[in-house]
Amino acid sequence: MPTPDAAVMDRRAGIVEELRRIVPGDGVIASEAERRVYESDGLTAYRQLPLVVVLPSTVDQVAAVLRFCKQLGVKVVPRGAGTSLSGGALPLADGVLLGMAKFNRVLEIDYDNRCAIVQPGVTNLAISKAVEGAGFYYAPDPSSQIACTIGGNVAENSGGVHCLKYGLTTNNILGIEMVLMDGEVIRLGGKHLDAENYDVLGVMTGSEGLLGVVTEVTVRILRKPTTARALLVGFPTTENAADCVAAVIAAGIIPAGMEMMDRPAIHAAEAFVKVGYPLDVEALLIIELDGPPPEVDHLIERVERIARDHHATAIRASRDEAERLAFWSGRKAAFPAVGRISPDYYCMDGTIPRSRLAEVLSRMRVLSDRYRLGVANVFHAGDGNLHPLILYDANSPDQVERAEAFGADILRLCVEVGGVLTGEHGVGVEKRDLMGTMFDEFDLAHQQRLKCAFDPGGLLNPGKVFPQLHRCAELGRLHVRGGRLPFPDLPRF
Amino acid sequence: MSRLAPTDLRELRDAIGESLAADEPLELIAGGSKRVLGRPLQLPHSLDLSGITGIRDYQPSELVLTAAAATPIEEIETALAAAGQILAFEPPDWGTLLGLPATAARQRTLGGVLACNLSGPRRIKSGAARDHFLGFRGVSGRGEVFKAGGKVVKNVTGYDLCKLMAGSYGTLAAIEEVTIKVLPQPETVSTILLCGLDAAAAVRRLGRALASPHEVSGAVYIEDSSTLGLAFVSPPTGVAALRLEGPDPSVKFRRERLLAELASDCEPHVLDEKASAAFWQAARDVRPLADLEHRVIWRVSVAPSRGAELGEVIASSLDTKWYLDWAGGLVWLAIAGADDGGAAVIRAAIRGADGLGTGHATLIKGSPELRRSVPVFEPQPGPLASLAVRIKESFDPRRILNPGRMVEGI
Repeated sequence: MPTPDAAVMDRRAGIVEELRRIVPGDGVIASEAERRVYESDGLTAYRQLPLVVVLPSTVDQVAAVLRFCKQLGVKVVPRGAGTSLSGGALPLADGVLLGMAKFNRVLEIDYDNRCAIVQPGVTNLAISKAVEGAGFYYAPDPSSQIACTIGGNVAENSGGVHCLKYGLTTNNILGIEMVLMDGEVIRLGGKHLDAENYDVLGVMTGSEGLLGVVTEVTVRILRKPTTARALLVGFPTTENAADCVAAVIAAGIIPAGMEMMDRPAIHAAEAFVKVGYPLDVEALLIIELDGPPPEVDHLIERVERIARDHHATAIRASRDEAERLAFWSGRKAAFPAVGRISPDYYCMDGTIPRSRLAEVLSRMRVLSDRYRLGVANVFHAGDGNLHPLILYDANSPDQVERAEAFGADILRLCVEVGGVLTGEHGVGVEKRDLMGTMFDEFDLAHQQRLKCAFDPGGLLNPGKVFPQLHRCAELGRLHVRGGRLPFPDLPRF
Repeated sequence: MSRLAPTDLRELRDAIGESLAADEPLELIAGGSKRVLGRPLQLPHSLDLSGITGIRDYQPSELVLTAAAATPIEEIETALAAAGQILAFEPPDWGTLLGLPATAARQRTLGGVLACNLSGPRRIKSGAARDHFLGFRGVSGRGEVFKAGGKVVKNVTGYDLCKLMAGSYGTLAAIEEVTIKVLPQPETVSTILLCGLDAAAAVRRLGRALASPHEVSGAVYIEDSSTLGLAFVSPPTGVAALRLEGPDPSVKFRRERLLAELASDCEPHVLDEKASAAFWQAARDVRPLADLEHRVIWRVSVAPSRGAELGEVIASSLDTKWYLDWAGGLVWLAIAGADDGGAAVIRAAIRGADGLGTGHATLIKGSPELRRSVPVFEPQPGPLASLAVRIKESFDPRRILNPGRMVEGI
């Protein structure tokens, strides 16, 4: 992380005092014991006590906090529920942690326009709960949906198991209100579709808290599908399972969810939830189809046929809702289940072209041997998003080091086969130093200059996403050869 | 006027580098089908990208296609069709709407469609062009090659610059290669027509259909059924049309349900697969307003429930022909006889009586004088407009690429 600014640290008492003036009452947290609560997010390997925590409850307060911090050159780290798995909300020793938890109200539900306006601290699941009485839901469903907030979902462009069919956050929001580092309040979009000029909403989504602080979100809500059924399919090899996934999609079927687990993940999950997962297979697929009953029944049959053609050894179709949920319970409990067989696990998040899956899994096994650490794989098979869980013991510094090196090698492997570093968890601090494996200096400079357009002082969430910090003036320098025509061979007409 | 015509990435970089050095801005052009969109440009040089063409990688089972930016849409759609796939956002062909001659000069390209973020009726279900734009490589106004995004369907690594490029009308970078998400062609399609409805009643029904679990993938309202080739509706009436796509048993089931839920007091018709394909292509291409030579065309995006009222308010004070797509959320207007093309009335109607309405109006067709004198894109409030200038400057500080195409000074 950037070296803490001693001048800012020295002025801590004055900063706390001014923040208390802006956010009166219990909105400023200064004591060490209470700040400790905020020292990490879902990536618990990284910890840092923030300079001070501020919990504003109005947009004016957010704007005033940011204006004040900009004036003093104090860094700001925005935070929702702190469930980031990439350290996106990791505090800075010399930075104000801006918690949005008090923005927790659903402001409007508009069924005529099939949208809801919510504050950023509302949890993902609470949106679906607020509209379920009318048969609606909010589609993106990250596994942390019970805790994670919609503001954090916008920052991370969160996905979930259903995003192959229903899209990520970016495909399911219509508008936001946000505050820039200089305190300007900007509204983007609304209840209508598409941007009127540059799609700033699109670029804000997934910007990991580096461009602005979201203070309101308008989300699309969808009518719940009439029915859903799931197939549980075991295969003798991961190649068979991967080929089956490709064949389902090539047959023109986009399932609502298509999840794969490898042998270690299957065994861990079955030991934990005991729902009857086959234990004599190398790979397990859960394929969910949703829609009207005739469509679901029709597609279940077709997918079953495809699975048989790909040497499936065990096939079960859910007969009722209880059975469908039972199929999912093992997958949904995969992380805690792995947590039972290992003191700690480190969850990775690369995406690969699915055609390379078998190769990537076999090379991962080689890495597993080399680093002497186990790995269990759960995988959003439909969209190629891998979640390898590296098993280690956080009490052993040597194992921590090996787990991180193993994880970095897995992500390099994802990029090498044509994939990307992160499918849904974000870059944060975790993958920051790997950005160079995917992007060259020009790619990164174009991204960093965009940050300069929003936050020229580089005060908002610095140290995340980009491996090197550059001053905006330095990034903005233009390298042109003055006035002459340097390219005489260019075709001219 | 000189024309630079690079055929690969290096030549593209050199062309922009040269213009940057000479401080001479460029008009970006490929197929030419969208040249009359946006504010008119009068620049001494053009950058012809049409030589940067060809599909580079297509893996149907990965749902991903990578192509050179100026690859014609026809070529892409032909390759997709062979594997039973489509561009789900339905890139429209506005050639007839814009009054372009039916020649190669109206060739739509993949890069052009993405640069303008153009989508058809399926926008409401499957998303816009921007939602299918996964990655790109190009040259910014700094004369530097850069890339963003990836070649897989799920990726959050770095800022989503694809979104920024989509709809930027070539003002930030010249795109050389794009990767897009493609989807299976629905097995079959059917259309329900509800005849004899006025706009308000139609929008209520379209809204109910979209709020149902029946996965409607198209929802338009036309005042005059004859303008979309529905000759069998006699005499012509207002018609709401709903598209259902998917496996045959599913489409049948949903059609029966929707007819039962919506058609109680209006006369329903059903279009078969072939008639549906023709109908939705015509809707996609704005055919109801396509042969009105002297009218100014606007495209207005608002909250769907406001579409009917907005159309009626505008039609009550201006000579207007109009229809609705996106279940009321997209209002197409053809205006005659207003000095400003109707800009003031249309934009006031979007704000509404309370001034709180959101949405935007884009001038799609008008004379060069009109496109110069009224804002083609919705004017933005101060802080957002300043941010747009700073974004432009971060990619194109010398304003080399399509300067003034969207907004004066950008």
